[in-house]
Amino acid sequence: MSAHAHAETHAGHPPEAHQSSRVDARTLGMFLFIASEIMLFGSFFTAYFFVRVAAGTPWPTPPYQLPVFIAGLNTIILVTSSFTMHWALQAIKRGNRAGLKAGLSLTFLLGLTFLLTQITEYARIGFAPYTDAFGTVFFCLTGLHGAHVFVGLTLLLAATIRSFRGHYSEEEHLGVEIPGIYWHFVDVMWIVVYTTVYIL
Amino acid sequence: MKNPLRSEADAFQFLIGAVIYFAAIAIAGVINTWLGLAVFIVLSAGVLWWWFRSRIEQAPRQTTSAHRGGPGERRILVIANETVGGGPLREQIEERSSGYDTEVLVVSPALNSPIRHWASDEDPAREEARRRLEASLERLRANGIEASGEVGDADPLQAIEDAVRTFGPDEIIISTHPEGRSHWLERGIVTGARERFAVPITHVVVDLDAER
Repeated sequence: MSAHAHAETHAGHPPEAHQSSRVDARTLGMFLFIASEIMLFGSFFTAYFFVRVAAGTPWPTPPYQLPVFIAGLNTIILVTSSFTMHWALQAIKRGNRAGLKAGLSLTFLLGLTFLLTQITEYARIGFAPYTDAFGTVFFCLTGLHGAHVFVGLTLLLAATIRSFRGHYSEEEHLGVEIPGIYWHFVDVMWIVVYTTVYIL
Repeated sequence: MKNPLRSEADAFQFLIGAVIYFAAIAIAGVINTWLGLAVFIVLSAGVLWWWFRSRIEQAPRQTTSAHRGGPGERRILVIANETVGGGPLREQIEERSSGYDTEVLVVSPALNSPIRHWASDEDPAREEARRRLEASLERLRANGIEASGEVGDADPLQAIEDAVRTFGPDEIIISTHPEGRSHWLERGIVTGARERFAVPITHVVVDLDAER
C-alpha cells in the first residue's frame, strides 16, 4: 500500500475548504450573497408594510400619483434585459462569440435605460424622501433597488468589455454566469417592488 | 445542503416564475382586492404543493465514481466514526487490497448535536472528529495499513458523497458498531449509501468492546 498520510491539522493555518455542495464555490458565493441581499430587501419591505398596513398611511399620499405606466414600461425593459442576459450566456456556451457580445451589450444598454428612466422619474415625481413616511419608504425601496441596478451594470460593463477583448469560451464563462445570476436577482426584486409599491 | 438554485439558467427560470406569479396577483388585485388575495393564496399554495411533491417524487440519484489511476491501482474509502482500527475492518482492507497498489482514505464525519448544528457551531465537532481520525490512522498504521484521513461532513452520507467526488474510490467500506449499539444502522446509513452510490459498498461490523 502506498503511504499517503495527510491528516487534517489546524496548526497556524485555516483548515481546507469543506466541500458539501456540487455547486462551484464562486457561484455558491454569489447565491449566498444574494440570500443576504434578500434579507436586506426584507427589512425595507418590513418598513413598507408597517407604514402602509400597520400605520394606515394612504398609498400614495394624496395629491401625489405614482408613475405606474412609465414604471411598467421600465419593468418590461428590465425583464427583457434578463432575456438578453440569458441569451448571451447560452451563446457563449455554444461558442457563439457574436451572440455573447450582442447579448451583453443589449443587457447593459437596457439596464442603463432603466436606471436613467428611474432617475428622470425621481426628478419629476413631485415629492421627496422628506415629504412624509410614504415618500421616505418609496425612495428607500426604489433607491435601494436602483443601487443594485448600478452594481449590476458595473458587473455587466466589466463582462461586456472582457467579451470584446476576447475573454470567455465554451468551457470558461463563469465571468458571465455570475453577473447573470446577480442580474436576474435584480430583476426579481424589481418585480416585487413594482407589484407592491406601484400596483397593489 | 441541496441548493434549489445552482446556475444562471435556474435563476432565469426562477425569474420567469416570479413574473408569472406576480403578474397574476397584480392583475387579480387590480380587478378586485379580494380576488387578488385569493389568487395570492391559491398560487402560493400551488407553489408549495409543487415544491414538496417534487422533493418527495425526486428519483433517488446514484452518484458514480470513475476509476482513477492505473489498472493495478485501487482506492478504498473507509467511513467510520470511532470503529476504525478494529480487527474485522483491518482484515477487510487487507482482503480488498490484495494484489493491488492500494490507496486508503479514512473519513471521519464531524458528528454534531442538533443544537450545535443549527447554531453553526461545528468547530468542536470537527476538532473531536480530527482527534478520532488521528487515533484511527495510528491504529491502522500499527496494523501495517498506511492510510490518509479527512474530517467529513456531519451527515455521514454527505461525507461519503464529498469523498466519492474528491477521492474517486473503487469501493467503500462503512464501519459501524454492532446492531443495537450503532446509531448509523438505526438511521439506515448503510442502506441509504447503497441506494445513493453506484460504488460497491461493504458493511463491516466492529465490536470494539469484544476486541478489548
